[in-house]
Amino acid sequence: MKVIFKLMVVMICMASVVQAQDRPQVFEGAEIIPITGEPISNGVLVVQNGTITAVGAAGSVSIPRNAERFDMTGKVIMPGIVDTHSHIGEGDGGDRSAALHPDVRILDTIDPRSSTFIKALSGGVTSVNIMPGSGLLMSGQTVYVKPKPANTIEEMLIIVDEETGIYGGLKMANGTNPLRADGSPGTRAKSAALVRNMYIEAQEYKAKLEEGADDPEKMPDRNLQMETLVEVLEGKRIVHNHTHRHDDILTAIRLADEFGYRLVLQHVSEGWKVADEIAASGYPASIITLDSPGGKLEAINLVNKTGGVLEEAGALFAFHSDDPIVDSRFLRRSAIMAVKEGMSRDMALRALTINGAMMMDIDDRVGSLDPGKDADFVILSGDPFSVYTHVEQTWIEGEKVWDREDPEDRKYATGGYEIYRAAANHHVHMEGH
Amino acid sequence: MNSLINRMTKMMTSKRNMWITFSLVMMGLLVGPLTESADAQIAVKGEIVYTIDGDPIQDGVVLIRDGKIERVGSANRVRIPSGYEVHEAKVVTPGMIDARTVVGLAGYYNQQHDQDILETSNAVQPELRAMDAYNAQEFLVGFVKSKGMTTLHTGHGPGAVMSGQTMIVKSTGRTLDEALVDSTTMIAITLGSRVRSNFSSPGTRSKTVSVLRQELIDAQAYADKRAEGEDQSRDLKKEVLADLLDGKVKAMVSANTASDIVTALRIQREFGFPMVLEGAAEAYLVLDEIKASGVPVILHPPMIRPSGEVKNASVETAAKLQEAGIPFAFQSGYEGYVPKTRIARYEAAIAAANGLGMEDALFATTLGAAQILGVDGRVGSLEQGKDADLVLFDGDPFEYLTQVEAVIIDGEVVYLRE
Repeated sequence: MKVIFKLMVVMICMASVVQAQDRPQVFEGAEIIPITGEPISNGVLVVQNGTITAVGAAGSVSIPRNAERFDMTGKVIMPGIVDTHSHIGEGDGGDRSAALHPDVRILDTIDPRSSTFIKALSGGVTSVNIMPGSGLLMSGQTVYVKPKPANTIEEMLIIVDEETGIYGGLKMANGTNPLRADGSPGTRAKSAALVRNMYIEAQEYKAKLEEGADDPEKMPDRNLQMETLVEVLEGKRIVHNHTHRHDDILTAIRLADEFGYRLVLQHVSEGWKVADEIAASGYPASIITLDSPGGKLEAINLVNKTGGVLEEAGALFAFHSDDPIVDSRFLRRSAIMAVKEGMSRDMALRALTINGAMMMDIDDRVGSLDPGKDADFVILSGDPFSVYTHVEQTWIEGEKVWDREDPEDRKYATGGYEIYRAAANHHVHMEGH
Repeated sequence: MNSLINRMTKMMTSKRNMWITFSLVMMGLLVGPLTESADAQIAVKGEIVYTIDGDPIQDGVVLIRDGKIERVGSANRVRIPSGYEVHEAKVVTPGMIDARTVVGLAGYYNQQHDQDILETSNAVQPELRAMDAYNAQEFLVGFVKSKGMTTLHTGHGPGAVMSGQTMIVKSTGRTLDEALVDSTTMIAITLGSRVRSNFSSPGTRSKTVSVLRQELIDAQAYADKRAEGEDQSRDLKKEVLADLLDGKVKAMVSANTASDIVTALRIQREFGFPMVLEGAAEAYLVLDEIKASGVPVILHPPMIRPSGEVKNASVETAAKLQEAGIPFAFQSGYEGYVPKTRIARYEAAIAAANGLGMEDALFATTLGAAQILGVDGRVGSLEQGKDADLVLFDGDPFEYLTQVEAVIIDGEVVYLRE
């Protein structure tokens, strides 16, 4: 089954590549922020077949003769924003029947036509880790997508591991969200014990799989939960662990160390208290900024200086929207609010792009403007750090997927797109995208 | 501090005990600098000073004396008297006004014990006073102050037909009395679908309106008798509603869909009370109707999450209200989760960047808000005689990376950036 699914995905991906424009596209005159190199004040970006083929200063890059040329004078071009934690797409996750649901896939429930995807594009977001919620210890498998116009979720997937068919991570949570007043887990210690028991079971299942490889008689029955956790134990599927309080952060680290899985710490509201420990652990952190503290008791000590403190400590971190907590349109703003509290501008741009891509194993495809990478980029009207700067265009794989000058697209940036009586035709428009 | 000094002076004058006198002199030396700061006359110099009631002044000076603005002008015309404590900044504005918040009543822990904005035993309780639930020392009050918000219109939240009253405070002071500007400013009224999520009745939008109208009709009879000097038993609810019908307090009607906005205007026409629209997410669909009514708008935060009744909120509505000539102000609103409060200045910034422009956004967060709240005689602009409420910025007040350097309220420096 998995192989068939994988093949379908590969075919669909190939189809979309074929659709991408063969004729080279050249974007000239803008300040280009490649992320992996210094900003280029009068830059040239060359794209062909959905892939970046060249980036450099004007005069240093040869322009293909038949290229379609775009004058971007006065604009700023940066890679598409990578959102490491979002709930767009209207999917769901595990239910209340148990605390652990590694078998559940959010992919099976996402609506590719959700207006939340267009809203994300209007904010310059081009890669998203869509996760199930944090009300369970394991609420299910996450999915890494590009929010481009599509009929099926398969068309939106960023990666499908050729060997395993893996297209996302696994959502875990600790702290107060998964606790039950009238059930289990009722405490933090029980939460950790439930998770550890599950991974021990998965270790045993993995051993049986290895035995079964030599002796088919010994092959265990298929078990969706165990199969997923074996992927985690083998380092093929990354765990995204919701965690707020400093001690919960350390517990998440302790468990990942014990079982050797790859971990991204999500939220880390009190990360500023244990920044050195996070840096020493080697696990990256995906963080959020908010306009005021308060509102959620275990996150009461969330401060916007966390980014600066993690930068100082040398930890790898990225920003996330947790949409709808922060609207995807304001994710760029979130990183700027951290700059206001001490983080460097350079790090803000990295933490909106390449750092997040690294946390999803997609940094070979997205997160910077380098030859060979997907042509996913944002055209800004000016300084990325100014409130007066707008996203003007969002491009994914060489296709313009959002344009502020298009009145229908624009509504997703400004609001009011669900005024059915005023404009009932946005679905029509979507099909023509 | 003044009363302490007076007491000390009296005791020292009596000379009953040399040792006490000596101790007090030592204490006086210790508290001296603090005393000076609290009572100091202050001069604020700005590379640009936005007075709001006139053109911005390049290289401006604001002199502050005894908590009030003494003089405002350009540096080459206003001499700074000796002894004035001088503060300098790139940009100086009047203290900013949050035209609708719940800080002080809705605490940052967000636990039952610190949430006092909605009482659900009855859907009609206009008699609930904001001042009886205000925690002047609540964390978020100080937090919004540090962001430049000096005057707050705070009080009961939305969600009931009439949830209670609102009031105006400064974001400083240890107690209500030290903070209070106006004790009874508006009655918070909610139309639309939010009421039925808190009460079994009214359980529909139309029933909400009929309950509201009946209460006002009952109160009209009370108001009429009161006007004629007839004896009647005291009734807290009817007294405040009679005040509303007599135009002594305003109705702040939360309405977001176009139909609820138009209904709010219909009720206002029927009873003729002074009214302010709050929320108004779909105001851009009924601009003509709002304009004709003369009712001002306390606009939803532009960054509000677009779902439920506010799913059609737009970051461009402020610009459209401005263009239509409808008076409006910005608010932090009310948040049930994280962040526990928004910052009205940050919200205005999004409107500024989406068609409104910096100077109109600044007017709406200062004098425009003061006019809608009825406190423009005291705050909202840098004019001689007004309260000395100022914010010192290192740049455009709405730019993302701009920092608040200092906040001055009633002539006291209440926040200084580290």
